[in-house]
Amino acid sequence: MNQTRRTLLRASMAAGVAAVASAAGLLSPRAVLAAGWPKPAFEAESVDSVLAALGGAEPNDSQDVKVQAPDIAENGAVVSVTVETSLPNVESISVVARDNTRPLAASYLVAEGTDGFISSRIKMRKTSDVIAVVKANGKFYTAKKAVKVTLGGCGG
Amino acid sequence: MANKPMKIRAWVDGDKTQVKAIIFHPMETGQRKNKQTGKLIPAHFIKEVHCEHNGRDVLTCLWSTAVSRNPFLSFRFKGAKSGDKIRISWTDNQGEHDAGEAVID
Repeated sequence: MNQTRRTLLRASMAAGVAAVASAAGLLSPRAVLAAGWPKPAFEAESVDSVLAALGGAEPNDSQDVKVQAPDIAENGAVVSVTVETSLPNVESISVVARDNTRPLAASYLVAEGTDGFISSRIKMRKTSDVIAVVKANGKFYTAKKAVKVTLGGCGG
Repeated sequence: MANKPMKIRAWVDGDKTQVKAIIFHPMETGQRKNKQTGKLIPAHFIKEVHCEHNGRDVLTCLWSTAVSRNPFLSFRFKGAKSGDKIRISWTDNQGEHDAGEAVID
């Protein structure tokens, strides 16, 4: 049997079920996020709509969220971003590049016992802020860091 | 395709376990063109990554095309000891998948 095809079928069925359930209003945004890949959030084209899709339309800036990224990124295809937060009960951490065509780069669901700490690399189209969105205790907190991109990293 | 197996390093640091991993994947955005043919290269990127410690999910990553090629990931969690197993598995938008395991130092 074709293993890849099986997996794809299973994945698309699961996605379908989640979509129906969320359309029927059965699931909270958090449950939707936990249920699979949040397509609307990833396809949103502005930071505000990303936040709305994640369920946190009015986040607060927080001193307890720190974004580490280079001041100048020579290569926009590889921008190292570290998000760290001392907030308790972190549920998720999202990394948003404000001026990317689709700003949401990655979202991390943090289990209990896992630190509010994520380090990874993202692509940036041009110079802009990198925004960390942390969900803790059901509330959204943000912090940002400006990154100057010398060579864009999305097309080419 | 996952040509190379992923690399995972995990070690105990005080009461926490530090994990670093690199997954080898092209992470195509779907915006790049093949220089010879002028055709767009279809998007090909990892959507979900599950990181487990002894079968318990410690971190789930949801990724878009904006994660760099050959993604690097680092995180920390509590409750593991030396000799425990870390398992990282991923699925991409074309239905490919792979997993890797490491023993915590």
